[in-house]
Amino acid sequence: MAQPARAIEVRELHKRFGTLDVLKGVSLAAKKGEVIAIIGGSGSGKSTFLRCINFLETPSAGSIRIHGEEIEMRPDRHGDLHPVDPRQVQRIRTRLSMVFQNFCLWQHMTVLQNVIEAPVHVMGVPKDQAIATAEAVLKRVGLYEKRNSYPVHLSGGQQQRAAIARALAVDPEVILFDEPTSALDPELVGEVLTVIGDLAREGRTMILVTHEMAFARNVATRVAYFCNGLIEEEGPPEQIFGAPRSERLQRFLNPAQ
Amino acid sequence: MDQTFWQLLALAPPGWGGVLLTGLAHSLEIAVGGYLLGLILGVGGAVGKLYGNEIVRDLMETYTIVVRAVPELVLILLLYYAGTDALNRLMAALGRSPVDISGLAAGIFVIGVVQGAYATEVIRGAIKAIPAGEIEAGRAYGMPGGLLLRRVTLPAMLPHALPGLANLWLIATKDTALLAVVGFSELTLVTRQAAGATKHYMLFFLAAGALYLALTLVSNIAIARIEKWARRGMPQVHA
Repeated sequence: MAQPARAIEVRELHKRFGTLDVLKGVSLAAKKGEVIAIIGGSGSGKSTFLRCINFLETPSAGSIRIHGEEIEMRPDRHGDLHPVDPRQVQRIRTRLSMVFQNFCLWQHMTVLQNVIEAPVHVMGVPKDQAIATAEAVLKRVGLYEKRNSYPVHLSGGQQQRAAIARALAVDPEVILFDEPTSALDPELVGEVLTVIGDLAREGRTMILVTHEMAFARNVATRVAYFCNGLIEEEGPPEQIFGAPRSERLQRFLNPAQ
Repeated sequence: MDQTFWQLLALAPPGWGGVLLTGLAHSLEIAVGGYLLGLILGVGGAVGKLYGNEIVRDLMETYTIVVRAVPELVLILLLYYAGTDALNRLMAALGRSPVDISGLAAGIFVIGVVQGAYATEVIRGAIKAIPAGEIEAGRAYGMPGGLLLRRVTLPAMLPHALPGLANLWLIATKDTALLAVVGFSELTLVTRQAAGATKHYMLFFLAAGALYLALTLVSNIAIARIEKWARRGMPQVHA
């Protein structure tokens, strides 16, 4: 099978909550191996955009293709789009991993159980094979010794690294990060960014909503600046951070001036 | 007290001990059966109320309102006599011969329907206490509804639901006594028979009370263990 050039392709995505237009026609594509950082103020729609990609929010209009496969949608009587086939969405979700701001680990499972849950119960990987994979990814994020702990006994940074291990264990095409360090104490941010940076360098396709500008500049291949539900400016990090064209982006990056 | 007084509690006739224990066993059968049925109805009711469409939500709302509004004794009489009557009319209409509903089946059904209404509210509250992100993470990793319920929602709600569900179990064990009114020979009915036959009311009702108390104490030990297990991923609370 020919390798599709685009891991994710979103066209003209709109999202309305009641009368509030959160996304007003956002188009963004990620090639395989690209790391796209999404920056922008709060309320700019960047998290909603990320959540629409794996249908945690249903878009109001627009189209989404994952790995060349378009997700068929049909409008309901309120005008919101809904996937025609829930199984297609479930299948596509197993190709995308999500890392949440608040980790969202399953509290009643140990770290290891969290990591093998989707491979075993969603994808049908044999349990011993899933455990071997899980132990390998837990070693990568430096949590092998904590594999039998419950999330409640881990620090925020450790919990987020466990959540990243959970995301890696399904061998995803794309990993979506929704402000992965925003809920962390400042001294714990570094350990999580180190892990994400390593993933970026090994060529993982990632979309990363972040407030860590220095980090975005270092690891992203492309940066999109969201403002009022639209992409105001998009380009390589050198352009976005070094020579921003949009006035709003300039103000966002240098609020003091 | 003379020896023959205590011999009234002997297991073998003419002692009534064996009869009391058989009554306790019948009470337990109904309590366990009714409780399990109630849990199933409660999970269904809670899921229906939280995730169902408007029709399902209205149906569940009607169920919990009606069952919790009507006294249990009335419900038992209604479901037992009117239920049996309706079932037999239906059988007659279908050209079948009338069925004889066993007291056990009717008892389990009635206790289960009542417990289910209360369990619906306990479980609904417990599900709402789960951090939304945990359920969202299940969806994000591709879990279909049934799997999400089994692997995430139900185990995650359990620590929140257990105090309420433990209450319901203890209530179920004692609600079985209400079935005495329809002639089911559970512990309270056989105690009344023993007391009436021997005129030793105090002895037999205290004995029955001791059996109910023993059942509660044993239940508490089991509940404490289940709660410890269900709270394995929860922060420890220091008083």
